[in-house]
Amino acid sequence: METMMILLIGVLVSVATYLILSKNVIRVILGTAILSHAVHLLILTIAGVKKGNVPLLKEAESPYTDALPQALILTAIVISFAVTAFVLVLAFRIYQTSKSDDFESLRGQKYE
Amino acid sequence: MNNLVVMPLVVPIMIGIVLVFLKNHIRVQRALSLITMLSLIFISIVLLENIQASGIMRLDFGGWLPPYGISFVADSFAILLVLIASIVTLICLIYAYSSIGERHEKMYFYPFVLFMIAGVNGSFMTGDIFNLFVCFEVMLLASYALIALGGNKKQLRESLKYVLINVLASWFFLVALAFLYGTLGTLNMAHLSVRVAEEGQDALLTTISLLFLVVFALKAGLLLFFWLPGSYSVPPTAVAALFGALLTKVGIYALIRMFTLVFYHKPEVTHILIEGMSVVTIIAGCLGAIAYKDLRQVVAYNVVIGVGFVLMGLGVATDSSLQGSIYYLMHDMIAKAMLFLIVGTMINLTGEKRFDRMSGLIRHYPLFGWLFFIVMISLAGIPPFSGFVGKILIGQGLIEAESYVVLAIAFFSSVVVLYSLLRVFLQAIFGETSVSIGDEKPLPKGQLIPILLLACCTFGLGFGAEGFSSFVEDATKTIVNPEIYIQAVLEK
Amino acid sequence: MKTNDVILKTVTKVVVFIILTMAVYLFFSGHYSPGGGFIGGLVLASAIVLMYLAAGIEIVHKGMPFDFKIIAAIGVLLATGTGFASVLFGQDFLTQAAIAVHFPLIGEKELASVVLFEAGVTLTVVGVVVTIILNISEGGE
Repeated sequence: METMMILLIGVLVSVATYLILSKNVIRVILGTAILSHAVHLLILTIAGVKKGNVPLLKEAESPYTDALPQALILTAIVISFAVTAFVLVLAFRIYQTSKSDDFESLRGQKYE
Repeated sequence: MNNLVVMPLVVPIMIGIVLVFLKNHIRVQRALSLITMLSLIFISIVLLENIQASGIMRLDFGGWLPPYGISFVADSFAILLVLIASIVTLICLIYAYSSIGERHEKMYFYPFVLFMIAGVNGSFMTGDIFNLFVCFEVMLLASYALIALGGNKKQLRESLKYVLINVLASWFFLVALAFLYGTLGTLNMAHLSVRVAEEGQDALLTTISLLFLVVFALKAGLLLFFWLPGSYSVPPTAVAALFGALLTKVGIYALIRMFTLVFYHKPEVTHILIEGMSVVTIIAGCLGAIAYKDLRQVVAYNVVIGVGFVLMGLGVATDSSLQGSIYYLMHDMIAKAMLFLIVGTMINLTGEKRFDRMSGLIRHYPLFGWLFFIVMISLAGIPPFSGFVGKILIGQGLIEAESYVVLAIAFFSSVVVLYSLLRVFLQAIFGETSVSIGDEKPLPKGQLIPILLLACCTFGLGFGAEGFSSFVEDATKTIVNPEIYIQAVLEK
Repeated sequence: MKTNDVILKTVTKVVVFIILTMAVYLFFSGHYSPGGGFIGGLVLASAIVLMYLAAGIEIVHKGMPFDFKIIAAIGVLLATGTGFASVLFGQDFLTQAAIAVHFPLIGEKELASVVLFEAGVTLTVVGVVVTIILNISEGGE
């Protein structure tokens, strides 16, 4: 299971890298979103995938899985959700003011 | 049960939320944010006194004991920075009253500033490395909003780059956290320190520490400062001053904390690398500071030099160099805020961005001209201003560590700082003026007074260094001896 | 261009209630089993967004004349406020309390202050999500 997860993370990271290296703003933003999913999976995998019972009070007799990674991931998801949403709005505003979604034309004049 | 410890985080957040409801009552917003910052200064002074009296204070959120719960730890180092950050924010807010404009004020300017200071304070005080990530993100989200506030074309363009760089840095932060948790199974900083000491800092842990180095270097502008000059030159003056004074400093704080508390076992790898990076940073910063004629670029590269200088002290990691780093960090927050405010005011007064198109400002604004002189010699490290103590102590540390080349570079950078600003001083402040008396744009008192206050702070910090020394020595003691911190956090 | 969205509108009328019930269920089940304020809030927000899609912004706004930024602010205030309440009782920040109360008909149930915290989280999520989506769909500002 861990091997599969690591492979999946690798695929996600390479897809994200490909997207981030493009010049289109939306693609870059999608790339960062996929990148954050990859790292969430990494946290989940690295702490051990399902080593025991569910970490719930009702069923706590047997050894249960470490619940902390889930908490970390939930927090990280909230943050990456907020950041992605912000960047999307920002990109939209940039499209409105600059009429462009291409990083090539967003480079800015050198030190006007 | 030290609930006072969490106040620097909670008070600004709650007041910031209240300010959201008061969107159209600008006067109330101004008054409330002012009161908040004043109370933060008061709280941090009380905390400092308490720490001197009874040692490091700790608060476990929800009563969950460390290393299981999240805790806030207040030691002298963190609280000194919280104090200075609060003072600088207070002064920048006063500057903003007369400069930021009603449109910004109605676009939630004050709430965002308060959220940012909450994130900054949280980053200084947290005892849990995942919580450090969260506080970083709170601070960054607020700063994203502040940098894009106003929304002109150039600002939006630069803020997109700033956001994307930081998203990537946060990603590396999470990767490093994942590996750290996978290897050591804990995220509490004191517990991490214990675990690293038990396991020994092997190759894997050193690699993880280097990952953290990359993350924090990106945030602090150590070597990886390519994003800094662009982003710090677009927002309004008061915001730029806050950024220049606070944001890079949080990265520096995180570096000092991580590499003195947790990853201090392999200085021949990590600390040498930090030393090398800071030397390159200083050299590159010096080149930038001399090369540009755009005032905001000159100032941004001065920030870079400051970052390199503070981290030189961490690189050699002797007692006196770390003490110097703390002094210089405090000085740099005040002096950089002052420099940003002065330069912003100059650009505002003349309508020009390049200093070779200004001249003779001192004839119309004599006090303002001399304030520029003060910040210049303060940054160059001339007594009795605040830069002196820090520079001398870092220099002493470098001599103890016998790194004479680094020492030469460090002190040469002071000369370059002096030169880069003296050039501006002679050209823009001195010199003949083309505007006749009476035709000049008036300089609002609301912009002059904050700069004057900062000048008083840099003078006070330099002249009254003796008064601060007990706090700074306590902070250094905690940094140099991780056991004190560990014991304070992990005791039941 | 006027698209024919009869199916969407008809389905929405039924589905919104199911989603809302689901949101409430998730919110309350979060106490001892999977669920909680954040997820409940997201589901709630998705119901609202679905209504916006089906009926259009103006019509929904007539029915729910809230400023969602204010809702988010109330949420954060509620969440930090419950954390802060423990300070007033001399406990550590964010300490929660629970008491067992006997209700007529339902029997013995636990009343916990963490529900208020979760309610704050829910309001924040709903406020933030709807604000962002409205922001993009309205074409700025």
